Amino acid sequence: MAGTGIGARVTRKEDFRFITGKGNYTDDINRPGQAHAYFLRSPHAHAKIRKIDTVKAAAMPGVVAIFTGADIEADKVGGLICGWMIHSKDGSPMKAGAHPALAVGKVRYVGDHVAVVIAESLAEARDAAEAIVVDYEPLKPVVDLASATKKGSPVIHDAAPDNQVYDWHLGDEAAVKAAFKKAKHITKIDLVNNRLVPNAMEPRAAIGDYNPGEEAFTLYTTSQNPHVARLVLSAFIGIAPEHKLRVIAPDVGGGFGSKIFIYAEETICVWAAKKVGRPVKWVADRTEEFLAIAHGRDHLTHAEMAIDENGRILGLHVKTRANLGAYLSTFASSVPTYLYVPLLSGQYNIPAIYGEVEAVYTNTAPVDAYRGAGRPEATFVIERLMEVAARELGMDPAAFRKKNFIKSFPHQTPVIMCYDTGDYNASLVKAMEIHDVKGFARRKRESAKAGKLRGLGYSAYIEACGIAPSAAVGSLGAGVGLWESAEVRVNPVGTVEVLTGSHSHGQGHETTFAQLVAGRLGIPIENVAIVHGDTDKVQMGMGTYGSRSGAVGMSAIVKALDKIEAKAKKVASFVLEASEADIDFKDGKFSVKGTDKSIDFASVALQAYVAHKFTGEQLEPGLKEGAFYDPTNFTFPSGVHIAEVEIDPETGVTTIAKWTAVDDFGVIINPMIVEGQVHGGIAQGIGQALLEGAVYDANGQLLTASYMDYAMPRADDLPSFRVDHTTTPCPSNPLGIKGCGEAGAIAAPAAVMNAVTDALGHENIAMPATPQAVWHAAQAGLARAAE
Amino acid sequence: MYAFDFHRPATLRQANSLIGKVEDAKILAGGQTLLPTMKQRLASPAAVIDLSGVPELVGIEQKGRNLVIGAMTSHAEVASSALVKAALPGLAALAGGIGDPHVRHKGTIGGSIANNDPAADYPAGLLALGATIVTNRRRIPAGEFFTGMFSTALDEGEIITKVIIPTGGKFAYAKFRNPASRYAMVGVAVGKKGSSVVVAVTGAGSDGVFRWAEAEAALGKRFNAKSLDGIKTPAAKELNSDIHASAEYRSHLIGVMARRAVAAATAK
Ligand SMILES: Cc1cc2nc3c(=O)[nH]c(=O)nc-3n(C[C@H](O)[C@H](O)[C@H](O)COP(=O)(O)OP(=O)(O)OC[C@H]3O[C@@H](n4cnc5c(N)ncnc54)[C@H](O)[C@@H]3O)c2cc1C
Repeated sequence: MAGTGIGARVTRKEDFRFITGKGNYTDDINRPGQAHAYFLRSPHAHAKIRKIDTVKAAAMPGVVAIFTGADIEADKVGGLICGWMIHSKDGSPMKAGAHPALAVGKVRYVGDHVAVVIAESLAEARDAAEAIVVDYEPLKPVVDLASATKKGSPVIHDAAPDNQVYDWHLGDEAAVKAAFKKAKHITKIDLVNNRLVPNAMEPRAAIGDYNPGEEAFTLYTTSQNPHVARLVLSAFIGIAPEHKLRVIAPDVGGGFGSKIFIYAEETICVWAAKKVGRPVKWVADRTEEFLAIAHGRDHLTHAEMAIDENGRILGLHVKTRANLGAYLSTFASSVPTYLYVPLLSGQYNIPAIYGEVEAVYTNTAPVDAYRGAGRPEATFVIERLMEVAARELGMDPAAFRKKNFIKSFPHQTPVIMCYDTGDYNASLVKAMEIHDVKGFARRKRESAKAGKLRGLGYSAYIEACGIAPSAAVGSLGAGVGLWESAEVRVNPVGTVEVLTGSHSHGQGHETTFAQLVAGRLGIPIENVAIVHGDTDKVQMGMGTYGSRSGAVGMSAIVKALDKIEAKAKKVASFVLEASEADIDFKDGKFSVKGTDKSIDFASVALQAYVAHKFTGEQLEPGLKEGAFYDPTNFTFPSGVHIAEVEIDPETGVTTIAKWTAVDDFGVIINPMIVEGQVHGGIAQGIGQALLEGAVYDANGQLLTASYMDYAMPRADDLPSFRVDHTTTPCPSNPLGIKGCGEAGAIAAPAAVMNAVTDALGHENIAMPATPQAVWHAAQAGLARAAE
Repeated sequence: MYAFDFHRPATLRQANSLIGKVEDAKILAGGQTLLPTMKQRLASPAAVIDLSGVPELVGIEQKGRNLVIGAMTSHAEVASSALVKAALPGLAALAGGIGDPHVRHKGTIGGSIANNDPAADYPAGLLALGATIVTNRRRIPAGEFFTGMFSTALDEGEIITKVIIPTGGKFAYAKFRNPASRYAMVGVAVGKKGSSVVVAVTGAGSDGVFRWAEAEAALGKRFNAKSLDGIKTPAAKELNSDIHASAEYRSHLIGVMARRAVAAATAK
């Protein structure tokens, strides 16, 4: 499509700035008189702090101040919070241990914050930190997820004496039991969803600044949701009232969820700025990120599926143990519960579902939302089950899926979600055709001739995006509403500023949002600026995560544009001396029906501001409108990914030979940006399946604390993806958008593992399927085949 | 990083005199190993002597039947050198498989072998090629140079100036990359000169690069990948084990990589 409106492949407006090094990231910002913070971190996974001696360190050159947990307690700085209440099966609230920004009395993971040194330079701060003497009494750590709640385990938080955060469930247990009684076949699997470390290109960073004249704070921070950060820092942590705290999240170099949360470091920087009377800057190095950023996933799951004699699914029972790490991060509790079990129905008609989730503390980094958050875990469970069940039944996995697809909408699942629309069969058929599934048998023979094993795997995923109706999430325990806001300011010359509560950190909002506005108002895309990431400029908003910025954030803009158009029509009616009902607006022109009288958008804007053609009684001057949009439902993007792998049984190396993705994202604003999101998501999903995994040793030391040991996917680990779409517009928002940010990461792990197990001929391998793991599994497979 | 003094000599003579004079000094070549360890505060030399201003240490020459490579020659230069590609294509390929483009443009042959990382590529390559390491004081055959993990025959204040590599035989290197770091998880270099065969293994040994005698004997009889069939790979108990590869897997990979190296060395 030509032009710059919805559907056009407009190149990203922000890229010139990023590619030429002209971005403005938190570390690019320096405040006059700024000092530098360095955090002394715990070398122990679990230890009592008997004493912290800072006397010698405080006397070192350049040191401005040293603070410990005692100082924040004395100042009554509140602890970090978890904003989603989960109740256990027995009705008791989750057991949240205290989470002070600097450790008080005890450290609970390697990387936990013990003290902060603020000095003239970072080097001086580090030197002084080394001179702090901490007297630790090491305690036995709890590291292993499977045994974390065993009787006699060391206690991490007194509030949770058995290390259990909650034991939660959703669904109808009795109905599931009945379904299993009727079953002809039951498929059972045990799955590991490996722990991942988010690796945004830009590490976290923060600058706290205090203006004593105005008694006001400013926090520059790498946040996906600056308003939520301000709310939490004000209302819960108690730094300052909201009108005295400005949070700026400037250019942010990727987040993947990890920058949603409110962390200790930014809290300390903004609090300390007033204490020391100087701006305080902190920038994480990569090792700190590995140790202390909120990790993702980390589930152990046993799942069973009941199937009748016709190959129809009768019921699903899923039991998961989720590792939440040493403290509850901001949204940690919601991820393995409401973002997980409600998605277990997948694309299938499953009459009965029962999910049980036990969340536990361990002496490891906190775990929270990471690209997909709960939904990749759910897809992994259901899509591995589908493949294994088909194999056990001797059915073609595509045919087994087709048989069980949901075919009529709306569809109410047994686990909360009401799917609005979709055409799962269409995506599967299209993907199989593009992928040339028919040619797979031939390709497999060719691989075999070369001594290679070839396998094919499907992943028919669904996700709930556009998070979400505020009343719905509120009833499920969320501490906030999840609407979005927008303000459209038309300037007198007809250029437009859009203030959005969404936050772009790689998604390309400056382009896609501008496409919407330019198309709607009929003005050049260059005349539209998207403003975000500053609580002083932008009205309250909820930020960007869960693929919500299109479906929710852009819908708020649409609402504001509706009001702009209505007001502009009024202005035009005065200028053109016609009745408002006779004014048409099209391609940037207001015209009077049945005449050749017209006026363009920019002229109407000018008329709105000069206000010469109407009186104040008739119409308010100006052209600026705001809107808050709260959706009526989640959105349900879905699709089918097909992975084809080739394994070298001699070395265990898995190569992705072919990849096809057919996604239904509803209406697409910019196909190029969407493809980029899909490519990146698949890369992350393949990373999880084949490469990535955070590993702690028995003492709770992170063995994968750098790129020497944590394997991120690189370009040459990945094939060229074939990406295509089917479209069923979303009925619950004005643009028909469903969302695309997480799809690849949700779909890919199951597709890869279904292909790997297909190639190996058995299911006995866990993620990440590294060469070592695949080699061992291939040996076992060959031995089995020889029997 | 701790504070340190920085010296940048312009000639080898100046470098020699500095290293004799300045206390607790470290030589800086490409900095790909030294700088990260200093940044992490694992190394804290009082002074750094940067060799990047010494032009006589850079370059690749054919001298008679030998290739002579200056210590400060980068991996990228070796990988793309027409001389190396013609005389020893396997060595050009080895250099081209080190790390990533950044590492290959900064990292040097001298720095790599002085460091003798147990997972580095050059040590195995130079052992198999029968290279000679030349320093500001003497010549050291590769077989005597690599003395164990991160240790070499270099004395205090000794600077590698160049490496002399005989050409004319057969050589190839097969590397199984660590999926995270892309160093060698197992790398096998095979060199044949006349009837003598050297099989050098990196990435796997619990004490750095080592020679695999059984394979050398078998290949000495007949230089063909098939000769390795039935030869027991080095015992797991002498090999590394970590989260990426068990000793058993490494032992197996040594056999696979050796076969692939021989196949590459004999391919025409
Ligand atoms: C991300 C990454 C990936 C890598 N991957 C690989 C890989 O796949 N394979 C591989 O083999 N290597 C790899 N390396 C290492 C790299 O190849 C460098 O060659 C190596 O770090 C050392 O070379 P350098 O020139 O950088 O030396 P430096 O780091 O400057 O020095 C290393 C050591 O050698 C000493 N030294 C340097 N030059 C001399 C000299 N002339 N005489 C005496 N002593 C000297 C220094 O004092 C120091 O102790 C990797 C490095 C990185 C950072």
